[in-house]
Amino acid sequence: MLVILLLYLSSCQSNISIQTAQYAVNGKKLYVSHCQNCHGTKGEGLAQLYPPLTDHEFFEQNRAKLSCIVRYGMKESILVHGKTYKNQMPANPKLTELDIAYILTYITTNFGKGDSIYHHEEVKQALKRCDI
Amino acid sequence: MHKLFFIGMMVCIAFTACQSNSNTLPIIGQRDAVQKEVDGKTVTDTIYHSIPAFSLLNQDSVLISDKNFDQKIYVANFFFTHCPSICPTMQRNLLKAYEKYKNDERISFLSHSIDFKYDQPHVLKEYATNLGVDNEQWQFVTGSKADIYSLADQYFVYTKEDSTVPGGYDHSGYLVLVDHNKHVRGAYEGTNDEQVSQLLKDIDILLKVYE
Repeated sequence: MLVILLLYLSSCQSNISIQTAQYAVNGKKLYVSHCQNCHGTKGEGLAQLYPPLTDHEFFEQNRAKLSCIVRYGMKESILVHGKTYKNQMPANPKLTELDIAYILTYITTNFGKGDSIYHHEEVKQALKRCDI
Repeated sequence: MHKLFFIGMMVCIAFTACQSNSNTLPIIGQRDAVQKEVDGKTVTDTIYHSIPAFSLLNQDSVLISDKNFDQKIYVANFFFTHCPSICPTMQRNLLKAYEKYKNDERISFLSHSIDFKYDQPHVLKEYATNLGVDNEQWQFVTGSKADIYSLADQYFVYTKEDSTVPGGYDHSGYLVLVDHNKHVRGAYEGTNDEQVSQLLKDIDILLKVYE
């Protein structure tokens, strides 16, 4: 665990804090079991079926909405990297607020260009305002 | 030192040469021995397991049958379009094979939907298009539950309607390699990268048989 964390810290941008790295390491495990089947090991998505998770701009513009998407899935179509994806995304009702914080931190710092953490509290607040 | 290295090289070459000579794929499944008469003599013949005749509706609402796969080898699997578990990974890997052999008429791909309720031809069509399948080489088919599930048994693929699993259907993610005689020549876990590369190797081995 510590080794992975150290590797992660040394291999990534230096402006990622230890806590962010911890969140991302935890998020990776959850990502593998809950997200990777569709979105791929590198967040590359799959053709026009499942969108890639590499659109940094999308992450920036939808920061609060991301928590809702992970928890409740998504029914409407979505524009990622200029392409429209129409498939529904299933909900993940079993993921806790903290799980979602871990996952989003992993996705945005690994596949996107983000360097900031999704705190537990931020996810909690975001989930209160989901438009579903 | 050089001599030793040379001998080592020769051993390596001999070894790999032998391996490639014995590279034939097994015929999978139960086999029966039957007695029959040929030119007045009784001989014993082996009957290998083979995929029975079928007729299923594809993504263009056209009935296709086993005849569409005559004189071809093909890779078959079982999936459903809104499967949240193993299917995306399995289809991602089968897509690699499709793209590698695209427009190669010696090989086809056949995905059976086990969601006989939801996956109507137009749903399969949209799925295929979104996956990037734009020719007839990869067929997506639907049929009655009885047809599809009993066919799955013939491919040695486990399928079950099960409301307790994500998506409502439980199934194994094998990619099944079938030869010109409809014999199963290999089954590869579609979610395992190593087995998928083995499938790609075995496809080449099988294609060579028919050269």
